[in-house]
This record gives sequence, structure tokens and C-alpha cells, in this order.
Amino acid sequence: MATLAAVIASTHHPFYYKASTAPPEERPPFADEWVAKITAFRETLTRARADVLVMVGSDHFHQLWLDNMPQFLVGKAPFYDANWYNEEREFGLPRMLLRGHEELSSHILRGGLDEGFDLAFSNELRIDHSITCPIITLRPEADLPIVPIYTNIFAPPLPRPARFVELGHAIRRLIDTWPSDLRVAVIGTGHLSLELGGPRQFGPHGPDPEFDRKAVEWIASGDIERALAEVTLDSLWTPGNATHGFMDFMLMMGVAGEGAKADYADSLDLFHTMEAYFTWYPNGVPA
Amino acid sequence: MSKYLLNKFLFTVDRDPDLVERYRSAPHETVAWWESTIANEILNCHGGEASTWLTFDDVEREALAGHDYVKLFELGAHPFLTLTLFIAMFERDYEEPLAFQKEYAARLSHFSLPYPDIAT
Repeated sequence: MATLAAVIASTHHPFYYKASTAPPEERPPFADEWVAKITAFRETLTRARADVLVMVGSDHFHQLWLDNMPQFLVGKAPFYDANWYNEEREFGLPRMLLRGHEELSSHILRGGLDEGFDLAFSNELRIDHSITCPIITLRPEADLPIVPIYTNIFAPPLPRPARFVELGHAIRRLIDTWPSDLRVAVIGTGHLSLELGGPRQFGPHGPDPEFDRKAVEWIASGDIERALAEVTLDSLWTPGNATHGFMDFMLMMGVAGEGAKADYADSLDLFHTMEAYFTWYPNGVPA
Repeated sequence: MSKYLLNKFLFTVDRDPDLVERYRSAPHETVAWWESTIANEILNCHGGEASTWLTFDDVEREALAGHDYVKLFELGAHPFLTLTLFIAMFERDYEEPLAFQKEYAARLSHFSLPYPDIAT
């Protein structure tokens, strides 16, 4: 069976690419600390020696639109073009091309459907920064095949938080039972408290530092029960109007498992939002 | 009232560099043109097939034509779509980094929770 080599959960900050690649005179003051933290975080994936990456993210109204909006969608394609004109325009993100892993896509689709998740699929998916940001931070060579999984954290009505956790559990079971010799890493990105297009946006910190503190503790300690007790679709509006992206972190907690303490946890308090980075090694810390 | 159609306008303009510039420089003309040509296109469908029933009401049309992002927020337009497009159009007019985004937040400061419903 396949080996789940690492489970990684992260924020996806589209400004990282520009902050880390700008010439010295244009680098923001926080860039050096940010790069140091990302470099250390990247090592947690490198050590896992993954062969294939399952990438959980959320389309930001790029390909998925309100005339036909899936709640959970799995990409099944040999290749994925990546990043869009408005991400190039606003964040300076590069165009990318990633290989797919159709066999694992098929396994997750078939198995997910059989487990009761009516997964949508796409045979031609252009992915956006929710998936390319962690490629840029964790695997800038962009040389491993991927299986993208998109969740709807963006266009209400949304699935409830528990459903994200349950899908995470299902992804874990499906990888653990995939008849393959490959080493799989699951990487998912979301948000802590975040406001976009509202009165609390672009403040000196994330809009709700207290939520961020609690959320980091839930994730690092694998406390799914507490997270589910405190987080609802309605409550997530309070920390910031884009905080439903936290449900992608909850999905990743589901992959890691109830009570699974992260083997690596770090965070960085930036203007506008808090960055947070977590890695679990379900089959032991690699040598 | 159609939050969906407001979002469709923001979505289709934001993804087209020429339309971004056209909307910035000639908003009334662009909104009128868009409503008569694009509003009823089914975006993921073959050309020639279209809807027949989508129109703005006067308040929505005026909010878009007036570049009034405060009104769009009040009407429940998706805040991510509004923010992204308005950054593309107006960030360039400000010297300090994030100055436009901070002014945008300040102009919305009279809103408190719960914000206008964005469900479509």
C-alpha cells in the first residue's frame, strides 16, 4: 500500500512570491524572517521524500463560477496549467505547469464516491494560488505530480465544518488503502482569521488575533473535537469575512487524525493576516 | 435584486485586461454595453445559447456605473470580487503600498457584524 509520508497544512499568502524574489531595495522589511520560516517549513516536506502530492485548496472564482459551483471537486488530468491573469497582475505570480497523477485521482474519485462524497471532477483544470502558493513555498522545483482537490469555502451555501473534517478522514483512508508503492504527501492550504473587501481588511495584524491563537492551538494539538465545538458556518463570519478558509485547515486536521499532534508547527504574525505552518508525519518522523 | 448578476459583472470584467481599463475610464458606457451584450451569456456554454431574463435594477446599475464599492458591499456583492477588481483599477493612483486598500476599509467602517448577506 501507499505510504502517507507527510500531512502539511499552511496558509497561502500570495504576496510571498513577490516578497521573496524582489531585488533587495524593494524587499519589504519582514521578507527575511518570512523566507527563513518558509525555508525551514520546506525542509519538512523535503525530508518526507514524497513521490506525489495531493493538494487541497479553493478556487478563488477563477474556473469555478456561480453558474455551476461544486462543493468538493477532484482534478483528474495529466497536466494542470496554473495561475491566472489577475494573480499575475495583483501578486506577480508566474505561470506554471504541473503534472497530474491520474491514477491517484481516479482512486480518490472512485473511493470518495463510494464513501458517500458526491465529488465533482474536472478533466481540464487551471489551478490558482491556493495550490500554487504551497508549491512555491514547499516545492519550488514543481517537479512532483499532483492531485488537486478544491473545496468551496467561498460561495455560500457552503458545506459545514464537520463535512470538511469527514472528507479529510476519507482522504486519509483512501491513501492508506491505495495499492501503490508511492509515498504520498497531502498538502492543504487555508486561512486563519482573514478579512477581504470589508472594513477590517489590511490591518496591522489579522482581524482576530484571539481566534488565530486558538486556531493554531487546535491545529497543532489535533483537537478536532474542540474546533468542531467552537466553529460553525455562522461563527466563522466573526473573526473576518474570509475566515471560512479555516475549514481547509479543518479538512487537514481530518487527514492527520483526531488527537494527532503536529510534528512541526510555526507561525508568523504579518500585517493583514497570520501565517501558520504545520507538518505531521503519520508514519513516523523521517530520518 | 440580483447579487448574482452584480458578481457576474465583476467576475467577467476582472478577468479581461481590456475590460478592466474600459470600466475604469468609461464606467457608465461599460455597464450599459455589458448589460446589453454579456449579462445574459451563459459563460460555460456554447455561443448562441443564452439566458433571457437577467437585468440590473436601477440601484445596482448606478452602483456599478458610479464605481461605488461601498454600495456594492451593502448590496451583498461578493467582497473578494469587488476588492480584486477595484485594486486593479485604482491601486495605481496611490503612492504608498496598500494605501488604496486601507482607504477602502475606512470607507466601509460604518458596517458592523453581521455584514450584508453575500449568498446568491
